[in-house]
Amino acid sequence: MSHDGHHSVVIPAPGPEFQSHTVAHHFDTPVQEFQSAKLGFWLFLATEILLFGGLFAAYFYYHQMYHETFHLGGQQLDWWLGALNTSVLLLSSWTMAMGVRSAQTSQKGKLLMYCGLTVLGAVIFLVIKFFEYKAKNEHGLIEFAHLFDGYNGATGQLSWFTDHDGVMAGVPHGHLFFAIYLTMTAIHGLHVIIGAGLIVWIMKGAAKGRFHAGYYLPVDLVGLYWHLVDLIWIFLFPLLYLVS
Amino acid sequence: MTTNVPAVDTHVAEPTSGRKNFLNCSSGFMSWAGTLDHKRIGLMYLVGVSIAFLCGGLFALLVRLHLWSPEGALFANADYNQIFTLHGAFMVFLFVIPAIPGSLGNMVLPLMLGAKDVALPRLNLLSFYLWCSGAVMATLAIILGGFDTGWTFYAPYSIYTDKAVVSIGLGIFLLGFSSIFTGLNFIVTVHKLRAPGLTWFRMPLFVWALYATSILQVLATPVLGITVLLVAFERLYNIGIFDPRLGGDPVLFEHFFWFYSHPAVYIMVLPAFGIVSELVSVHSRKPLFGYKLIAFSSLAIAIISFLVWGHHMFTSGQSTYAMFAFSFLTFFVAIPTAIKEFSWVATIWKGSIALNSPMLYTLAFLIIFAIGGLTGVILGALNVDIHLHDTYFVVAHFHYVMMGSIALAFFAGLHHWWPKMFGVMYNETLAKIACGIIFIGFNTTFLPQFIMGSRGMPRRYATYVPEYAPYHHASTIGAVILGLGIALMVYYLVASLFSGKRAMQNQWGGVTLDWHTPTPPPLENFDHSPSVTTEVYDYSVLDLETTRTPAS
Ligand code: HEM
Ligand SMILES: [Cu+2]
Repeated sequence: MSHDGHHSVVIPAPGPEFQSHTVAHHFDTPVQEFQSAKLGFWLFLATEILLFGGLFAAYFYYHQMYHETFHLGGQQLDWWLGALNTSVLLLSSWTMAMGVRSAQTSQKGKLLMYCGLTVLGAVIFLVIKFFEYKAKNEHGLIEFAHLFDGYNGATGQLSWFTDHDGVMAGVPHGHLFFAIYLTMTAIHGLHVIIGAGLIVWIMKGAAKGRFHAGYYLPVDLVGLYWHLVDLIWIFLFPLLYLVS
Repeated sequence: MTTNVPAVDTHVAEPTSGRKNFLNCSSGFMSWAGTLDHKRIGLMYLVGVSIAFLCGGLFALLVRLHLWSPEGALFANADYNQIFTLHGAFMVFLFVIPAIPGSLGNMVLPLMLGAKDVALPRLNLLSFYLWCSGAVMATLAIILGGFDTGWTFYAPYSIYTDKAVVSIGLGIFLLGFSSIFTGLNFIVTVHKLRAPGLTWFRMPLFVWALYATSILQVLATPVLGITVLLVAFERLYNIGIFDPRLGGDPVLFEHFFWFYSHPAVYIMVLPAFGIVSELVSVHSRKPLFGYKLIAFSSLAIAIISFLVWGHHMFTSGQSTYAMFAFSFLTFFVAIPTAIKEFSWVATIWKGSIALNSPMLYTLAFLIIFAIGGLTGVILGALNVDIHLHDTYFVVAHFHYVMMGSIALAFFAGLHHWWPKMFGVMYNETLAKIACGIIFIGFNTTFLPQFIMGSRGMPRRYATYVPEYAPYHHASTIGAVILGLGIALMVYYLVASLFSGKRAMQNQWGGVTLDWHTPTPPPLENFDHSPSVTTEVYDYSVLDLETTRTPAS
């Protein structure tokens, strides 16, 4: 989209293994482009937080209403697996930050390495999450095979919540805690997957030498996204696992 | 003094001077479907929201025709529920919310800022396609059996009904993100792409209004997104938080919904305010009275609107104290709103008024909005609302603001920027006639609804006791008149594209930057990047010659 009579700004590559970058035609300077994308991305992150805000509001509303249910529910989660996942994500946030740093200093190899480590963190997180879900499945707290089978008004039986060990028997609406747990962690997990996908995409670009001290905007933005994913988990962990 | 009398004969057919504009600079399907140009995206939005508006209008006519007789003239009761739901959902989510920002906002905002495009053109195109996919999902929902919950999707009915709620819910989720991305884009554009010298207080008020709207879009819409998702989850795997059978609280749904949907009424109306601010100034050839007041009142409205959602829930069983607070706070909304109305009237006062069609639509807005806004204050009074809630009084109130004010402001803006967008003028005589028909039709439709509402006619009922028949008759006749007026408008607007007179470079004598580019604008908007040295709405700098030079 470059037109007659309009110069286009080009950011030169620092070395032969890197590519130069052309600033989009409607920006006058690279700084303007950078700042616009940054501001836009921060606003996007705000909407993500607000989206989770609705879930957090629901959490607090029912925590207040069914105090014991949430206490007992929290006890059914493996807090040390949650803690392990928290540290995995925190560590991956650090590797991501180092990745951004490497892009800013035109260190292609290091950028690839740190991004790779971050993706590894995401995978570990998801594997641990999988085993947690599996345990819930076995105890009849979230039966994935029957997730969509519905609610039987006559028997009052919810297909995916049988609680066959009776751990939640003494409290009202035991499924509510697990419904909220599942919804929040699943939406968060989706964000982990999307984030990991974005980092892989960054690695592809990095391999081609697209990112360097003159141009590292996408790395920066994906980094921010990854920190958000981390941040949301930091709130989820105590609310869900440490509530008792 | 009228500014639209051309000094030279400009009858059609004269070959254009051959210069390229955004309309003819390239052609072919992909040059539109894949365009990143804000003006082309704006036009595609215009086509989209117009289709949605016509569909919604068709549903509205069906509703009104059905209500001609007390037993219901056309449908079984259950089908009637679907028809009015379709009407509401199409109008709110596919038309009123995206209409002005998506079409006129996209078209005009970068021009007014002296920018080549919005800051994030790809995201802009994505917004449009999200809108399209939302429209597809809504249509799919109709095919899959329709939906009958009303546009408000109240739980628990939206959980229990056997209709296609999941499909429309996901549609609204997509539309929500379309709206969010438009808002986000406009915020960044206003912050980063203002021309040199265009300070915040030199920005046209349409830009201010879109800016305030954008803040609301970004901050409120995610909550709608998660709310409709939760309803979908509720239907898919019985999460239980809105379902009383499972210990959930349906009132929580109402809180979530109105936390978005009250700010959403300002997402809808603020752009309309912006258009009116612009037009009263241009067509009175006078700087706006109270420029800063209007700018700040937009922001004030944006803030207050987050604190009053409970006024939709006075009968839902929320606590008495909450009702107190919500009712009290609601009155505060009236202050910045009234400031605007007074400022507009003061702007017109002693102006050199050109009574052309955009101005006529604007004047119609001023009258109708006064009624719509004031009846809102009546509804905000707790004790009164207990009686009026869920009656036709509420229906009349929000149609005075949504149809009578917002849609009319949209029409006003459309007539105002039509010559800018296409370089042609529609038939002014027909435009004035249509405006008159629409004004009369609108009031005939909705004034009787205030009366029958205050006498107890409940909203959303398929049948009614015969005592209300005269009001319903008047209302249905009005709706037909309104429909004819709109049909006439569509006719002459479309006709102008084929046989309209050439417009002037600066048809109305505007001084904001959108009138400083060739008409229609070239692909990158300005031949030379503009810079601003004068205050906004300073008509002393108007070059009258441009109002007589035909569009290229
Ligand atoms: C300015 C543009 C406005 C728009 C677009 C608008 C829109 C709406 C809509 C759509 C509803 C009905 C929602 C439903 O139940 O389906 C409504 C109801 C209401 N509006 Fe407005 N409104 C506006 C202005 C105002 C103002 C200025 C006030 C008060 C200061 C107000 C107070 C109310 C109240 C209290 C209700 C609830 C009535 C009830 O359901 O019992 N509105 N409005
Ligand atoms: Cu409201």
